[in-house]
Parts: sequence; C-alpha cells; structure tokens
Amino acid sequence: MGPKPSLLKRILPQLIILAAALLLNVIVFPDFFQIDFRNGRLFGNLIDVLNRGAPVALLCIGMTLVIATKGIDLSVGAVMAISGAVAASTVVEGHGWGTALLAALLAGGLCGLWNGFLVAVLRIQPIVATLVLMVAGRGIAQLVTEGKILTFSNEGLIQLGSGTVFGLPTPILIWVVLGALVTFVVRRSALGMLIEAIGINERSSRLAGINSRVLLVCVYLLTGLCAALAGVIVAADIKGADANNAGLWLELDAILAVVIGGNSLLGGRFSIVASLLGALIIQSINSVILLSGMPPEFNLVIKAALILTILVIQSPRMGNLIYLIRATGPQPQPEATRARPKKEATQ
Amino acid sequence: MNDMTPSLAAPMLHARGISKFFPGTIALDDVELVLHAGEVHALLGENGAGKSTLIKCLTGAYRRDGGVIILDGAEVAPESTAASQKLGIGTVYQEVNLLPNLTVAENLFLGRQPMRGPFLARRKMNAEARDVLASYGLDIDPAEPLSAYSVAIQQVVAIARAVEMSGKVLILDEPTASLDRDEVALLFGVIRQLTARGLAVVFVTHFLDQVFEISDRATILRNGRIVDSCIIRDVTQRDVVTMMLGRQLESRVERKTVAPAGKALVEFKGLTKRGMIEPFDLTVHEGEVVGLAGLLGSGRSETCNLIFGVVAADEGETHLRGQPVSINRPRDAVAQRFALCPEDRKVDGIVGDLSVRDNIIIALQARQGWMKPIPRAKVQEIAERYVRALDIRLASLDMPIRLLSGGNQQKALLARWLATNPDFLILDEPTRGIDVGAHAEIIALIDQLRADGMALLVASSELEELVAYSTRVIVLRDRKQVGELNGDEITPDNIVRAIADEKEDA
Repeated sequence: MGPKPSLLKRILPQLIILAAALLLNVIVFPDFFQIDFRNGRLFGNLIDVLNRGAPVALLCIGMTLVIATKGIDLSVGAVMAISGAVAASTVVEGHGWGTALLAALLAGGLCGLWNGFLVAVLRIQPIVATLVLMVAGRGIAQLVTEGKILTFSNEGLIQLGSGTVFGLPTPILIWVVLGALVTFVVRRSALGMLIEAIGINERSSRLAGINSRVLLVCVYLLTGLCAALAGVIVAADIKGADANNAGLWLELDAILAVVIGGNSLLGGRFSIVASLLGALIIQSINSVILLSGMPPEFNLVIKAALILTILVIQSPRMGNLIYLIRATGPQPQPEATRARPKKEATQ
Repeated sequence: MNDMTPSLAAPMLHARGISKFFPGTIALDDVELVLHAGEVHALLGENGAGKSTLIKCLTGAYRRDGGVIILDGAEVAPESTAASQKLGIGTVYQEVNLLPNLTVAENLFLGRQPMRGPFLARRKMNAEARDVLASYGLDIDPAEPLSAYSVAIQQVVAIARAVEMSGKVLILDEPTASLDRDEVALLFGVIRQLTARGLAVVFVTHFLDQVFEISDRATILRNGRIVDSCIIRDVTQRDVVTMMLGRQLESRVERKTVAPAGKALVEFKGLTKRGMIEPFDLTVHEGEVVGLAGLLGSGRSETCNLIFGVVAADEGETHLRGQPVSINRPRDAVAQRFALCPEDRKVDGIVGDLSVRDNIIIALQARQGWMKPIPRAKVQEIAERYVRALDIRLASLDMPIRLLSGGNQQKALLARWLATNPDFLILDEPTRGIDVGAHAEIIALIDQLRADGMALLVASSELEELVAYSTRVIVLRDRKQVGELNGDEITPDNIVRAIADEKEDA
C-alpha cells in the first residue's frame, strides 16, 4: 500500500539496466568504480558519469512532466543555447554571476511560457509548437552572441559548471537537488495527479474542474527553466557560449531518457526518478564507448545499438514473449501465483 | 411516395432471421428486414436497439451469427464492406467518411479513377464527375476540394459515390444529424430521385418528423428484436414513439409521494447555443428532481452541457440563489458547487489509467487547487466512505478505474461528485449501460439525495426511471422545451404523448 515498495517496483527495470550498463563499463575498464579524493574534489569515472549526465538529467526532469501531459518539448536544446548565450553575454558586460544566472533563467522561463502559450492557449500540437522554438532558438542565441563563441572568465559562473561543493562537482548537486525538489513538490502536492489526469483524458479532467490550461503552461515553463540551468552548466563548463553546438540534439537524449525511464509518450503515469535513471543509463553508455577506446567514429552507431537493445527489451511485445516463455516453462507452480493479479483485474 | 404497391413486387433485399451475439448480450435476435425497390424504409429504435448492428451485418462490417440475406433474388453473404458495395449495398454515414482535402471528383472516383496509361485522366474525371453531380441537381465545380462545400453537399457527394458504386440498396445512417432545414430539403430531393430510379433506401434517424416526411415504411427495433414493421401512412408518431420506447410493465417502479420542493436554487433564463439548443428557461429548487425527457438528439445532453459550461452559451443568464453567476467553463460550475455526471462515461467521465481513489478525489482536489493537497489519510477516508456508501465493487482502490464494470465506474463518478458536496447535481443518463442491481441502487440514491435537500437535474431516455424519481419532468423535442409535467401528470403515457403530440395537433 505504502509508496516505498511501489516506487522500487516501478524503477526496478531501470535499476537493472543501469546496473548492466555499469557492468559493461567495468568490463572495458576494470577501475571504473574507483573514486579518489584529490585537491578537495572527488575524481573517478562514476563521478564523471554523474557529472557529464547533468544536462540531460536536468532536461528530463521537465520533459517527464511535459510528456506526462501527452506533450513533448523539442526546443530544450535550443533553449539551452539561448540561456547559455544570455548568461555569457551578461558576465561579459560586467555583471556578476548571480545576475547572469537570473538572466538565463528568465530567458529559459520566457521560452517555456512561449511554448506553453502555443500549446495550451492556441492549442497547437506540442510537437509542432515546440519545433518553432527549436529552429528559431539557435538563431536567437546567435543574435545574443553576435555570431561568435562568447568566452568569459567570470569565476562564479565557471564554478557552476566545473566547481565543487563539499568535493562534489556542482552540476551533480544541481540536478540531484532539482530532481528531488520537483519530485517532492509534484508528489506531495496534488500536481502530479492532476498532470497525469490531463495526459490520460483531458476532456474528463476539464469536466472535473481541472484548470488544464494553467497546468500545461506551468509544465512548459518548468521545462524551460530546467533547460536554462542545463544551458548555464554547459556554457560554464567550456567557459563560453556556443550558439551552434550547445545542447545540440540533447532534446532527443532527454526524450530518450524519459522513454527509457518507462514513461509512455502517450502521457499519463510518470516517474521523474525513473527518467533520471534513464539519463544516467544514457551517460553510462556514452562512458562505455569512451572507455572502451573504440575509434570515435563508432560512437553513435554503438550507442544506437545499445539503446535499441534496451527499447526492444522494454517493448510490450517482448514483455509478452518473456511472460509466455516463463508461463509455458517447465515449472507449473508459478502459474497459480501469476494468474491471481489477472483475475483481480477483471473483477 | 410512389405509386407502386411494394408488397406485390419481389423485395430488393430480404434479410431473415438475422442474429448477432456479443459476449454476454444478444445484439440482434431473429430480425427480419424487407426492402422494396423504390421505397424509403426507416429503421427506428433508441440507442442500443440494434440499428447499427443490423446495418453492420448487412454491409458485412460484422459477421452475422445467423440468418439469410437475399439481395435481388440471390442469397449473398458479404464478408466485408467492400464486398457488399460490389454486390450493390452502399452506405453513407453521419460523419461523411470521404477525404476533405481531395477534390470532389477524386472523392467520387477514388479507387476507380479513369486512367490514361499510368496517369490520371483528370479532365475526363472532372467531366464525368460534373455529369454525375448534375444528375443529383448539384452544379458545383468537381475540381474544388471537398472541404470547400457544406456538409449537405458533401453528404450528397457521399451518396453519389455510394450509388455509383453500388446502385441497389442505399443505407443512410443519420444523414441529417448535422444539417439545417434547407439542407435536409436538398437531401430529401436527392433521395426521392433515387427511389424514382428504383433504389431501395434505408433511412436511419432520430428525427421522427423526417421519418414521416420521406419514408414509406418503417421497421422498429427494441433491444435487438423487431417490434413491428409498418406502413408509415397507417400509424401516428405516438404509435412509433410507444413502439420505440416500449413499456416494461413488469419492472415498473412505484412512484413515491414527494414532499414539496424548497426554495429556488438555480435559475436559467434564455440560455441558448446556436445549433445545439433553442433558448430555454429552467428553475430547479432545493429538494427537487427535475427530469429531462425526449428522444435522442432532442437536446437533453445539450441542456446539461450548456448549464455546466462544457460549451459556453451564446446568450442567457444563470442565477444561483437569486444572484447572477457566470459559467463559461466546467471549472466555473464546479466552483459554484455544480456537478455533472456526463452521458459518455469513457470519454468525458473516467480518467482511465488513474486509480479509483484518484478518480474519486480528483474533482474535490481540482476545486481546492494543487497547492492544498488533501492529506493521504483523508483521501483514503473519503474514498473508502463512498465505496462503502455506494457499494462500489473493486479489488483495491489502487486499481485503474478502467478495469471496473460500467455500473461501478458510474458509481465511482457519482462518488467523485458527491465528495465535492454539490448543491446542484446534473446527471446525464445515469443508468445507461449498467446492470440491473446498480440501476436500482442509483435510483435509490437519487431519491435519497433529493430527500436530503439537493437540487437535481436528471436527463434520461428511460421513462419508467424518470417517472420513479422526478418531481417535475421537462419534455424536449427538436432541441426545444415543449412541455412540462407535474405531480400526478408524470406517467410514461403522458411523457410519450408530450414527446410525440405536437405534430398531431398541428
């Protein structure tokens, strides 16, 4: 009945896949789990996975909620570029890193509101609505950076990307805290249930008195803010804003993380924790490819193959097949125990 | 009308002993349908009577479980709609199922376009299309996209396509549902031409006036059985309504004597939405159940939806306890402690994948706002209370609501709204598609809520039921209120009379 065991059950497949991905890392690089503490900072490949995975992890927090409403946000990569550019140009103009962060969040928030307006008020299909900003966003970012890579040396801002807090890289802290915060707010308030209701049956939800328009705008707003944070981290990490390449294709990684997290693209029930695990799985796969020492031209193909494997294992057909193989297996006993939940369901 | 005496000629189509079973129900039980060349034959019955099933059996969309179909003297057994089209049975549905972005000519000839070698002979196709349409009295440009024309013209194009491809029997499934008066006249002109050409036309509709205007004969279905097949000239609208609605005397519910209603709670003045419902006034008092009676399409659900703000009204005022209130969205209605259990549970009611618990709490939570979550313990308490009070049968409150039976889903939706403690409860077909036990319980609940002082508005197609719980019955017809019955006047006979009568006095 309690939430604890059901959460574990929900994220078990993702945990198993993550464990498998980490195991692959250990196979290609036996010292994978080794973590050192040098110069007041934690070092190690596992830390790298958590650190490098930060942008996608941040993106998939918002993306999970958007997808739960039966929507999608293709613009997050472009929004990262915009907010990175805004943060960089703010410090270049001599403002502090706090102002830069606020300006970047404001830019990301505006982008989110724009998407929310198109989807919730004008009722444009989310995939088309967010495509607008996906295309236009990089142009806007280039206007902000005036077409060049805008480098900066503001220590405060750089700390957000490559600094540490208590030895832990800042990006890790940011995504873990934000993920925990959003999960907490969404599950402790009624927000999660209302978002799921909209995704499952918007008509019914509206008739039950849910303000779907405001909720939708809020969800896209949050996604914009997440993208802004991710954009700032990426810019701070390379000490510059690259309007063309910052966050490029990351919207697809974020969507993939949500899907690997077992969330349906058709909306409805969602789990942010599972999506975050999905983001870590993707980063672990990236890590395997890097550590294996394969020539870089293999990277994308291997990544695609591994992800395809995960998706095939998770597909409903495969689930049925596994179920059938187990049900027709030599042991007759489990059949009785497995028959029960089915019976419950039809009552 | 035509001069042929249809009974003497051999029928164009004779379907005999048609049966169709679905798991748990008999959809069609030994049904017979005789169609003569040159007649318009109305197929009548309320929802669930078996009209659609019969049509689907004739067109091969369903495999029938018993019976013979004889078309033009030969036995046929169409396996698909395409096969029945080839045999000569064409169908046109209410929602025109053509392709609006293709041209009129393309729609007309799709699948059998005139070709020149590998290429489409477009000019030839357009010329042929123009000729075909001219024979239906339509002078339109066949090269224009279909969507450029009104629904009525699209309907005629669909008919032309069906007739060109089939040419013996034409089935029209509610073709006039979204047409205005002039468009209906246009359509009827086309139908008369077709019968003059010797086609047999099956006309399915809920509009009795239209049945009496165009049909020669009618077959009336109820609960999957034939009630009667009659010549329209020999019967009155009242006869037809009585046959459609039936009278189940054995299950007659006793009408209780009812305490007088309290003071007026809600008042609607001149509320209207063009094309949906004519302006109406309605007052509902505390401790009163107002029944809404009428045939399908008469405006029952439309009234409920307009009151609750599902669709915004064009004009009119709503007063709550004498104060004007504005209700443009369901959210506004919920805030005023209105509640609506919609007619279509699956589409408008349940949130299928959410748990029963969430489904029960959702309206109350939505009204409180997301920032004030109802504590888990309280949610559990409310859900359990209503599950017990309404006797909702379930394995666990955690199970998705879509797995519950229809009756239990309906009770869970009632629980959703009762949990918001409404002052004004609107129920649209509260007992449709649910089993007998749950049916009786819901009727008892309506009675109980009225006795507790709630104001209720209940739309139902079941007359016995309306008689059982209503303190007043409003009768609707053709999207207008046409009568009101009070106290002892409320009997099934009187309701039938009110639904059918207007025409006979005219």
